[in-house]
Amino acid sequence: MTDWLSPEEWTAVRLSLLVASTAMLASLPLGLGVAWLLARGRFWGKSILDAAVHLPLILPPVVTGYLLLIWFGRRGPVGQFLDDWFGIVLSFRWTGAVLASAVMGFPLMVRAIRLSIEAVDRKLEDAAGTLGANPAWVFVTVTLPLCLPGILAGMILCFAKAMGEFGATITFVSNIPGETQTLPSAIYTFTQVPGGEAGAMRLTLISIAISVSALFASEALARLASRRVGAT
Amino acid sequence: MTAGLDIVVRHRLGAFTLDATLRSQGGLTALYGPSGSGKTSLVNVIAGLIRPESGHVRLDGEALFDRAGGVFVPPHRRRIGYVFQEARLFPHLSVRLNLLFGRWFAPRGGAERTDLPAVLDLLGIGHLLARRPGDLSGGERQRVAIGRALLARPRLLLMDEPLASLDEARKAEILPYIERLRDEAGIPIVYVSHALAEVARLATTVAIIEGGRVTACGPAATTLSRLDLALQPWPTEPSSLIEGSVGAVDRAFGLTRIETRAGAVEVARTGLRPGGTIRIRILASDVLVALSPVTGVSALNQWHGTVAEIGSTGRPGDGAVDLGIDCGGERLVARLTRKSLAALGLGLGCPVVAIVKSVSVETL
Repeated sequence: MTDWLSPEEWTAVRLSLLVASTAMLASLPLGLGVAWLLARGRFWGKSILDAAVHLPLILPPVVTGYLLLIWFGRRGPVGQFLDDWFGIVLSFRWTGAVLASAVMGFPLMVRAIRLSIEAVDRKLEDAAGTLGANPAWVFVTVTLPLCLPGILAGMILCFAKAMGEFGATITFVSNIPGETQTLPSAIYTFTQVPGGEAGAMRLTLISIAISVSALFASEALARLASRRVGAT
Repeated sequence: MTAGLDIVVRHRLGAFTLDATLRSQGGLTALYGPSGSGKTSLVNVIAGLIRPESGHVRLDGEALFDRAGGVFVPPHRRRIGYVFQEARLFPHLSVRLNLLFGRWFAPRGGAERTDLPAVLDLLGIGHLLARRPGDLSGGERQRVAIGRALLARPRLLLMDEPLASLDEARKAEILPYIERLRDEAGIPIVYVSHALAEVARLATTVAIIEGGRVTACGPAATTLSRLDLALQPWPTEPSSLIEGSVGAVDRAFGLTRIETRAGAVEVARTGLRPGGTIRIRILASDVLVALSPVTGVSALNQWHGTVAEIGSTGRPGDGAVDLGIDCGGERLVARLTRKSLAALGLGLGCPVVAIVKSVSVETL
């Protein structure tokens, strides 16, 4: 494998997997919370929250990346705050790539989880309440297991989106080999240099393999989970 | 501190208003009434799934809800078991984990009778433990739901038409378990039903609910034989509910003698447990009234009594009237025509003979 890929290519693959996995895991708690609010909450501004979550889906990725640059760049209001108080720098770092791909994958994750929460039978939650479970336990023992297929689907969608994310990432954190050069950026770079076709093809094949594996994994997990909840 | 349930609530649900007052102590209290009369809403108020607009709900003297006092105990702290019409088992958990669900949250210790082996035995569900709810029959599902509620060690058990979604065979399968529950578990039960046969068989107290109001509440035999209830727009023919003990069996003719305070009655069946206590029910229109004992008649049972109550005869276009007859302290209801009432010259205190066909006596 290492012979087949050059060290730089191998680094891009590893970095992409790291960025996508981190983006998926880091946005999961917030994704669950927002999905819960949208599915169950009744509050002023719910439609605004809904629109805000879906914004990255409809905006050109470059616009999202540029907005991130303005807000989270070193001179940006949030970026400066993070740097001053926590020493966290996002722009032109792999963590910035995580933020960009998480933002892009977030709507897909929230959508899948929200639908599965809406599909949970509230009557089962009432039943759990009469058996002595407080709302937090009802969520953990009944709601969460019942929407597990949707959560898994949301995570895989977010992962796949993060693996393929290009526009926002390259705008926000550029294309630095070893730091922010993910698979799509690396493929793009290959296509920009003479004689790069072979490298582009190798990475393209790897990209296809990872995406198809993720798809199969999600199908298998969803089947397993829905068999567990008896919804065959 | 007063034992039992004490409810005074008022709550609007759309165009429907629940305005109910109910007191009951121990045993099985049946909430009986037509569909849409507010029975389930009332049970949801007791469970805490509905927060009423005003009033109070007290259990054994403890306020679960009191609008004036600003008290609302959330459902999970009430320790009130609830068996829903459609079982509501958790599909992602095995039968064993469903049963033990409430145990994770119930206080430790307490009565031995709510231990898993005892409950499995009471409900006959020991062989189902490893199964999933999706693989159970309707009757099995409902028994597991009852077990699940019991194992949460409730102070009160609510059952909302637990048999309504089952066919007759499955009902017959579960009814004995509910009787055992009432007699052995020692947990007061509130049982919702619109089936008179179930109510007559199970209830110690009957509350009749119509249009969101409790229109009558009292001991089962008294309430079901009340004459004034027959005047309600919701047609209920009064019936007599009498408790007796199983006596001699006449195998040649397939009859069993039941000894009651009103007198002996032969029922056209065998197979009852000798010496056991049984309830019989007789519809008012199945009772014949005579001034003196009658011979040369097919009916096997004749009881002496006196006319204790004459129902209202004020219904236009209806020639029927209901009589309450006191037979040795039991109350028998008879429905006859106003013409017969006049022809026999019946008035309060008149001695009469009530004649009942054995085939019309329902054993519960």
